[in-house]
Amino acid sequence: MIEWANTIIQGILTGGLYAMFAAGLAIIFGVMRLVNITHGDLIVLAAFIAMVVIETTGVNPFVSLLAVIPIMFVFGYFLQRGILNFTLGDDLLPPLLVTFGLSIVIQNLLLEIFSADSQRLKAGSFEVMSIQLTEGLSIGVFPLVIFIVALVMIIGLQQLFNRTRLGRAFRATSDDATTAQLMGINHKHIFGLAMGLALILVAIAGVLMAVRTNFDPTVGPSRLLFAFEAVIMGGLGSLWGTLIGGIILGVAQNIGAKIDPGWQILFGHIAFLIVLVFRPNGLFPRTRDD
Amino acid sequence: MSLLEIENLTAFYGDFQALFGISLAIDKGETVAAIGANGAGKSTFLRAITGLVNFRADKFLYDGETLSGRQACDIVGLGIAMVPEGRRLFPSLSVEENLIIGGYNQRSGNWNLARVYQMFPKLEQRKDISGTALSGGEQQMVAIGRALMSNPDILLCDELSLGLAPIIIKDIYDALPSIQAEGVSLLVVEQDINQALAIADRVYCFQEGRISLSGKPEELSKDQIAAAYFGK
Amino acid sequence: MTDSYNVLRSTRASRIGSIIGLVLFIVLVSFPTWGDRATMRLLVEMFYILALSQMWNLMAGYGGLVSVGQQAFVGLGGYMLFLLTIHLGVGAVWTVPLAGLIGAVVSLPVAFLVFRLRGHYFAIGTWVVAEVFLLGFAQIKTLGGGSGLSLPVSVVKSIASSRAGRDSAIYWTALFVVVAVIAIVYFLLRSRHGLALTAIRDSEEASNSLGVDNFRAKLLVYIFAAFGTTAIGALIFLTKLRISPSAAFDINWTTTVIFIVVIGGIGTIEGPILGTIIFFLLREPLADFGSWYLILLGTTAVVVMLKAPQGIWGIITHKFDLRFFPVQRRLELKKDD
Repeated sequence: MIEWANTIIQGILTGGLYAMFAAGLAIIFGVMRLVNITHGDLIVLAAFIAMVVIETTGVNPFVSLLAVIPIMFVFGYFLQRGILNFTLGDDLLPPLLVTFGLSIVIQNLLLEIFSADSQRLKAGSFEVMSIQLTEGLSIGVFPLVIFIVALVMIIGLQQLFNRTRLGRAFRATSDDATTAQLMGINHKHIFGLAMGLALILVAIAGVLMAVRTNFDPTVGPSRLLFAFEAVIMGGLGSLWGTLIGGIILGVAQNIGAKIDPGWQILFGHIAFLIVLVFRPNGLFPRTRDD
Repeated sequence: MSLLEIENLTAFYGDFQALFGISLAIDKGETVAAIGANGAGKSTFLRAITGLVNFRADKFLYDGETLSGRQACDIVGLGIAMVPEGRRLFPSLSVEENLIIGGYNQRSGNWNLARVYQMFPKLEQRKDISGTALSGGEQQMVAIGRALMSNPDILLCDELSLGLAPIIIKDIYDALPSIQAEGVSLLVVEQDINQALAIADRVYCFQEGRISLSGKPEELSKDQIAAAYFGK
Repeated sequence: MTDSYNVLRSTRASRIGSIIGLVLFIVLVSFPTWGDRATMRLLVEMFYILALSQMWNLMAGYGGLVSVGQQAFVGLGGYMLFLLTIHLGVGAVWTVPLAGLIGAVVSLPVAFLVFRLRGHYFAIGTWVVAEVFLLGFAQIKTLGGGSGLSLPVSVVKSIASSRAGRDSAIYWTALFVVVAVIAIVYFLLRSRHGLALTAIRDSEEASNSLGVDNFRAKLLVYIFAAFGTTAIGALIFLTKLRISPSAAFDINWTTTVIFIVVIGGIGTIEGPILGTIIFFLLREPLADFGSWYLILLGTTAVVVMLKAPQGIWGIITHKFDLRFFPVQRRLELKKDD
């Protein structure tokens, strides 16, 4: 019994990381109506940038975020303005195929530069510290920190979207980019900022992931799928939904792993497919129709 | 000197030419109406002024400065605001947020939330609900208020009366004098001729992408207008 | 006025093309009797990649269904080859059409799932399904589990007793498959269904209002593509003689095909043919550069999508008005006599 409680708690905490992956994807879709197939590879890219920063300066992974976040923000802004803005329109093919192509390019560039070796960012003893809850039930400090970061991230994003001038511009541009221009909003710039913001989340998620698990240039697509499943399960356009979706995914994977290590990822996918069958619009669908 | 001075403006949608050599001028504080049948090019003309449609013009001066080649998002900052056809409120934004975003460019002037609520008291009671949950008339008030929030020197109104009941149209048009009183120039596009003639200092009639008639309302006869409106 | 135009369904290029095509076909059919083994193997690979490309192009280019999970059906086909030959004693070559039928049946519940995802999300949904297939087949111990299995010698020998005989048999099967795929796509697109698909591609809303049933047309395309892709999958692993989950459900099956179709020209039959030729022409000299080849292909596909979304074949038809596979009906004004 206590073992299962442990499994579920671990799953919930893992869900925090998946919610972070998902939040970026949700923002990109929410503002630009763009499904970013490169998302997972960008998470891995952020992890490798952190690795380079750490190797050259010797700082702790968390400190490396001071460099990784601005780098990813600028990268995202120019990725959007230089390439992705030109794919937006009524036709579905260009954004899908361009982000798919970019995904392959980034993955293989990382392979060429860093080889296929598995990497891990080391954060010292902090990684293995845990809090004993009761006999046989303890939670890792680091997974708990990740979960709290995810919560703070989601609350922060909600405040940004609901209360700030930039947030209103994001929503208005997402609703109707043409009319937004009449308000003096440069939609191309706003799209660039939205991608930059999404890549800030990607940077944080990427570094935390890299401390928590091994990574190599090929793990991007599976992170994309986790992010995607969390977004769809949560219901498109709801940030709290992405957290719930991430938690369901994390719990399902941990239950699968407990039964048989080979079933970990499969269980996550199956949970997703079950939600898709019974609640095709996710658990927290956006009520308004757009 | 005119506030807005346009000479020989042509505009295309792809291969389709929508406007053929439009010339028009508006003075400071003046109210000008553009009338004409559906598809006569009135809306395209407004979209050209606001930078949403590409155009060519021999002369396109606003306050002495040329506007050719400006991006749509830079136009409003210069003092040209538009109430678009069909209101086009932002559904994700509440009524109040729709108004606030009208002032996104942070141009200074006399208009603010309090003044808009004073002009349309109904909106203050409903400020927290989604803009698209309002009735058509209320939505139109939000759209006008949103445009005013940018503190414009000239306000372009595209089909204010479209799809609204006559009593609501009267409410909307009753608000215009207080806007005119601020010294704001108005360019009103209307299909409803009587409404347009009642408020305008001067009228331009559009027909198939050209201006078929222009002048002061009191100087134009009904037959002249009918001919210019419907063609022969 | 009424009789002043002709409806043309063939072009001069298509008539010249059919003569060239016939000559090419004779050359290709007779190839095993005079060609060398290495070239034959390369041709087989080109045939199945081209056939896969035509299937993907039918979905994306005509049906507007962008799938990045077609490797689900490639792998399924591969495993059906092993299952049907080893456990049910079916002749190896016959597994190709049988696998296709199984793929079509399997595609129904899959479609039930992925068709719930609209637009962009459909693409990633298909990818999840492919992952489920990969992880699921890795759990089936009788099919070798995670490490896979080889085709038993007895099955291999049953294709033909000599190596040359086997190579020829596989070659002809592959040639038959690719010709059949192109022919079916060609006639499908010229049929009433094809017109419906073209209508959907050009404008989903407009075709809806004209009473074209988008959902049904898309579903049919999806099922047909699953049929073809699974059959091709069986063929592919007939040439490889060994299968494992990671090889069977490799995303690269789809990546390659997407790059070929996008670079060659999406939404045409000629585009994938041109794309396949380009892919193999570049692959031979660039094989030593490893991932740089994929980086080059990816970059090219991105640039094509941004600058010339109709692909290289689109540029050619635009310049020269060439159409070897005229699926559209064209109006030509009659000259007055």
